Amino acid sequence: MLNKVYQIVSPRQFEETFVDIELDSSSVIVRPKYLSICHADQRYYQGTRPEEVLKKKFPMALLHEGIGEVVADPTGTFSVGDEVVMIPNFPTEKDDIIAENYLRSSKFRASSMDGLMQEFVIGPADRFVKLPAGIDPYVAAFTELVSVSYHAVQRMIRFSHERRNVFGVWGDGNLGFITSLILKKCLPDAKVYIFGIDEYKLQDFTFADGTYLCSEIPEDMRVDHAFECVGNVVSGQAINQIIDYIHPEGTISILGVSEDLVPLNTRMILEKGLRFFGSSRSGRSDYEGLLKLYEENPDIINYLESIVGSKVEINEIKDISNAFETDIHKRLGKTVLIWNI
Amino acid sequence: MGTNIYGVILAGGVGSRMGNVEKPKQFITIGEKPIIIHTIEKFMINPRFEEIIVLCPSQWVSYTKDIVRKFIGETDRIAVIEGGAVRNETVMNSIKYIEEAHGIDEDTIIVTHDSVRPFITHRIIEDNIDAALEFGATDTVIPATDTIVEGKDNETISSIPDRSIMYQGQTPQSFRALKLRDTYNSLTEEEKGILTDACKILVTKGIPVKLVKGEVSNIKITYPHDLVVAEAIVRGEGNVK
Repeated sequence: MLNKVYQIVSPRQFEETFVDIELDSSSVIVRPKYLSICHADQRYYQGTRPEEVLKKKFPMALLHEGIGEVVADPTGTFSVGDEVVMIPNFPTEKDDIIAENYLRSSKFRASSMDGLMQEFVIGPADRFVKLPAGIDPYVAAFTELVSVSYHAVQRMIRFSHERRNVFGVWGDGNLGFITSLILKKCLPDAKVYIFGIDEYKLQDFTFADGTYLCSEIPEDMRVDHAFECVGNVVSGQAINQIIDYIHPEGTISILGVSEDLVPLNTRMILEKGLRFFGSSRSGRSDYEGLLKLYEENPDIINYLESIVGSKVEINEIKDISNAFETDIHKRLGKTVLIWNI
Repeated sequence: MGTNIYGVILAGGVGSRMGNVEKPKQFITIGEKPIIIHTIEKFMINPRFEEIIVLCPSQWVSYTKDIVRKFIGETDRIAVIEGGAVRNETVMNSIKYIEEAHGIDEDTIIVTHDSVRPFITHRIIEDNIDAALEFGATDTVIPATDTIVEGKDNETISSIPDRSIMYQGQTPQSFRALKLRDTYNSLTEEEKGILTDACKILVTKGIPVKLVKGEVSNIKITYPHDLVVAEAIVRGEGNVK
């Protein structure tokens, strides 16, 4: 079938093409409905990644966060009309130790293969997860991002020592908001403090046990473990501040992406015996766990509704650029594309 | 009666405009498959269609059945039948087939589409179905880009219509099947003689036809250079880095 694909060909320029796809008996066909823009997409759109990276990646369809409706499923896993979230990670092998999102052989939508900006998205049945009935589609659109936070929180529970009374989350953006919310729901007895730079944004963290400006952290503040959700080169400042305020033997989860190398206070990492772990992306089990968490805590959806920033209808190719420009100029929140094209 | 919505693929062309190519143009391959197969696949994927009826010249019926079987497989959702002498007779044949095979009522919708427009999108099909259900008849169009010039005597300009209200017709054209047939049957032979497409059946009688937004890419493969364009906009394999 000739599938229409909307690709970025150079920064800020999209073109349409058709890909002849095979409708085989093992592939589910999904019509994308609500898609969401991630920072990684913006780096391609604005051309802020290194020139040689852009040259290698373009042309490519962007976006890896999204939901859609099943239009055909020869595998019998789904019914036509089922609403599903699309998993962007594509493992090509199985490993008993290494998770699917860390296997170097895995492909990922809008990074090593076309993203979701397509007429139809095709993949094996295990790359789709059925959504609970009646879920807000604008929130469901960025399930992928929430699953990344969920994944990091699960790893924190796995890697950190058992004294988990106080957590610090550095970063007052979308990732900080989502990670601290999921953390609070997974570990309801723990105190969760947020450290940011924008008082206006910090006011939205109503579920947290406290919020602080990074420039005004009380001297006696201490956390058992911490999450870095800042990203870019300033993530170094955040991590070094975490090193200052964390108890010895604490565990630090790094979630923010930086194109540049980040200098760290390694002396204090050694002295305090700190543990760092990185997290990136997520796998099928994280989606399943997250959707269960949604069911047990319906108020999560309600909190996440507050970070839906803009809803942009996509009826023609120029609307795609408008959505990305809107996303650049937003103060906070996620930009969701209503995929009618 | 199921969804009561039918895809009607018009494959009547014998390809006389395609130069020395022997096969009708709908059977020429682009990418890995014949053009008509690409077109049928887009209809097959839409669960709102009860059945897809493919109409082609009698001498190509067996051939079409064979390639459907080869590329799509055994299915009871596709019927290949003989078309008529002219386009509107072909459309009437599809309505007759639906009546005999499934039964027909005033809500029966047909979405008629040129077999040689394989770049039809899901959105265009959906908009056609929705508009046909609401308005009874649709025509898929894009705004005219060239200035349209009328020359009544074929020698000099008689008028230049305002381009901002001019559109280029594509397909699908979608209809309430019974309304279309009844209106067609009410036309005189002279009126039928000047019909170039199915929408004109209704327009001749002053019945409104809703415009549906087409796409520039929804091209009709008519001339040899269209094939070159079609090949150029199809990328062979998935984009894996």
